[in-house]
Amino acid sequence: MPDREPAGETRPIEEDELEPLAVGAWILGAGGGGDPYHSWLNLRRLYADGAKVSLMDPRALDDDALVAVVSTMGAPLVGEERLTDPKVAALAVQQMEAHLGHGFDAVMSLEIGGANAFQPLMVAAVTGLPVLDADTMGRAYPEAQHSSFAIGDLRPYPLTLADVRDNAVVVSRVATWKWMERISRKVCTEVGSLAATCKAPRTGREVKEWGVLDTVTQAIGLGRAVLEARRRKDDPVAAVVEHGGGRLLFSGKVVDVARRATEGFLRGTTRMAGLDEDKGRELRVDFQNEFTVGWIDGEVRMSVPDIICILDATTGEAIGTEALRYGQRVKVVGLPAPAVQTTPKGLQHVGPRAFGYDFDFDPLFPNAT
Amino acid sequence: MRRIGIDVGGTNTDAVLVERADVVASVKTPTTDDVTGGVRESLRLLVAKLGGDPGRVEAVMIGTTHFTNAVVQRRDIEPVAALRIGLPSGRSLPPFVDWPPDLAARVSGRVFMVRGGHEYDGRPLVPFDASAVRAAAVAIGEAGIRSAAVSAVFSPLTPECEEAAAEILSEALPGISVTQSHELGRIGLLERENAALLNASLIGLARRTTKAFTEAVAASGIDAPLYITQNDGTVMRASQAEAFPVYSFSSGPTNSMRGAAFLSGLKDAMVVDVGGTTTDIGHLKAGFPREANRTVEVGGVRTLFRMPDLLSLGLGGGTLVDPDARSVGPTSVGHRLTAEARVFGGDQLTATDVAVASGLAQIGDARHVVDLDRAVVSWATGRFREMIEEGVDRMKADAQPLPLLAVGGGAFLVPEELPGISAVVRVPHAAVANAVGAAIAQVSGEVDQVFTGVDREAAIEEAMRIAQERAVRAGADADTLDVVEVEDLPLAYVPGGALRVRVRVVGDARA
Repeated sequence: MPDREPAGETRPIEEDELEPLAVGAWILGAGGGGDPYHSWLNLRRLYADGAKVSLMDPRALDDDALVAVVSTMGAPLVGEERLTDPKVAALAVQQMEAHLGHGFDAVMSLEIGGANAFQPLMVAAVTGLPVLDADTMGRAYPEAQHSSFAIGDLRPYPLTLADVRDNAVVVSRVATWKWMERISRKVCTEVGSLAATCKAPRTGREVKEWGVLDTVTQAIGLGRAVLEARRRKDDPVAAVVEHGGGRLLFSGKVVDVARRATEGFLRGTTRMAGLDEDKGRELRVDFQNEFTVGWIDGEVRMSVPDIICILDATTGEAIGTEALRYGQRVKVVGLPAPAVQTTPKGLQHVGPRAFGYDFDFDPLFPNAT
Repeated sequence: MRRIGIDVGGTNTDAVLVERADVVASVKTPTTDDVTGGVRESLRLLVAKLGGDPGRVEAVMIGTTHFTNAVVQRRDIEPVAALRIGLPSGRSLPPFVDWPPDLAARVSGRVFMVRGGHEYDGRPLVPFDASAVRAAAVAIGEAGIRSAAVSAVFSPLTPECEEAAAEILSEALPGISVTQSHELGRIGLLERENAALLNASLIGLARRTTKAFTEAVAASGIDAPLYITQNDGTVMRASQAEAFPVYSFSSGPTNSMRGAAFLSGLKDAMVVDVGGTTTDIGHLKAGFPREANRTVEVGGVRTLFRMPDLLSLGLGGGTLVDPDARSVGPTSVGHRLTAEARVFGGDQLTATDVAVASGLAQIGDARHVVDLDRAVVSWATGRFREMIEEGVDRMKADAQPLPLLAVGGGAFLVPEELPGISAVVRVPHAAVANAVGAAIAQVSGEVDQVFTGVDREAAIEEAMRIAQERAVRAGADADTLDVVEVEDLPLAYVPGGALRVRVRVVGDARA
């Protein structure tokens, strides 16, 4: 995607970039990832107390640098009560350092979509580590095997998991990424379905080769485009399309939402009736925590790994799968998938078939690099 | 059943006498600065209409916007002790963390966070630290704070920590008011805690106001229970309601919607209430406004509790129309309509002027708008229609056609036909619909809880049982209970098929 500042290696993240990051990250959540509100509040407070986080270009990493990959794992509902805490986020990282006997050089997010965009910032505010301008998904996905490091067949272990009571667990070895997801989720459930994690550490070289780069800058840029369009009374959705190099796929209103929770996912389907130039057409979108596939009048027109965003037609605010409701006026925007996800190996992990659909990925952006 | 319903608004106090299904008398008096003067005067006038026999009134229901106005205008609010039970969780986001600083400065007396709270499945998060609560009680006493708000992690599912803390505070500090968050809000610690803090800051005002209302009723010679109307269109006994002022924050629009429904005989309908500056759109289901699922801001504070789901549009009778910029609103001349609108000899072009020019309304002097360009009239009326049409459609819960009730002083802006609407109904006595809504209010019980390890049917059945129990405790007649809302949402990432169920039942007030 376009908007990387031709920048120096490291720069401070300013206080006025936090709200754009929250807005942009929520859009890149593609319906999932959790509302970043509490994480954003935490950062606002940390900044008010004098903290400042720096953002580092991953290209500037030494090949043998050591990078922490962090996320909050668990049920968004539990996060509504057990509020996220920067110290716990940092504890998972410190536990990993203790396990490795070695300190980290930088920290990055597992997923830029949703609340986890702020996880490395919270860790950074506590530890002083720089945040890498990168993640492993370019959006939000349900599970660890959807990360670009899994696509690269990098080592899935060790993992540390910490909860707010000072419990910490090291998963020192697993057979596959899927085993890592199974074991760590079991532990997470035991501590109340909410935990901070530090995933398998990465070298600078691995991040440069397999990370999804520049996504923090991209999220801030997307959020800023939306906020500025609102201020100017322009169309915030058009700003998302323009800034994200995306496409407006559908304008309509929600006419039906059906949800069911299975195997730890919020699955379901929403249908939208077309408005304006889409009048008379119908869009159906499936979701598994995030939006996965969309059909217009019965034909597949969008799918993972392209990023399907359902936005409020007026404000451009992202609408999560849990907040979809009859009557909402929405615009559906597609943003290009990170290149690593559209390779044959990438599609094995995050293509339509990986989510149980019997068809191949037909990209919205065939010329994207 | 013969009841008096009173709506104490910012400008007027409206009152009606309702006998069974009929409005037999209505009066309108100016709201006085002490709030209760209008109530006294209304009661006096209505008793006179009863042939001077106050003994025939069986209940008095009062709705008031007084408490919301206190928060919005930052007056009559008192400092509060905030006690949150949930450490080690939530340390970084203490009470008041997302409040506007000016309001936090007024409300935040002392803040305490202690260990305790629960998990979603009922296990303790950590053991409850009762000694820390006792220490907090001492500090609260020394600070001279008279009202406390207690919140605990997952208290809507397991309230025992809040209950234990409230007991400790009440024992240590006789006469202190304690608001427990689980009695107000749902899952969402910060928003529920915010509602409890606002409530605690209004307790003193609520007590004084309720006392004055009670005295006004007694002075009128009426010997009947006094009820205060709630956001959801139900009532609570005044003695109970004075502990929950936040529950009457939105009772004004709710009463107006329910009154309109009652007057029209409709129970399922869209309601469009067009005032001078805004249009409020709501959805009545089984006679009650649908509740908001999302956070609602009150005076800049994010809350989540029983509030009606309302959509407010910047369109009213006084809304300015600018033909050059092709824009409608959101600026309005408001209560200066009768001075500034063209049909009243002013020089501002308002929605009312356009309506008069197009023949939709007969107000003021139509000669002042005869020269209005027909193209402008047709563009502007088209825009009104679009705004209302889209607002109504947004607020509908499904595609089924529904009737629409058009109320308020600017109801003439509502078109006669709208898509998805079976009929547009204009209501008699619409000017006192809010007082009628108060007069007809019932008592409710609500539950919002996560169930694990049981199937969907069993979970809903258990939720209904709890809701019915709560309604009866709040003063409902058990034989008249009716389930008005059932909603379930499966939860992702929680094992064991967890299901969040929300149920609400209502019944008539016990005489």
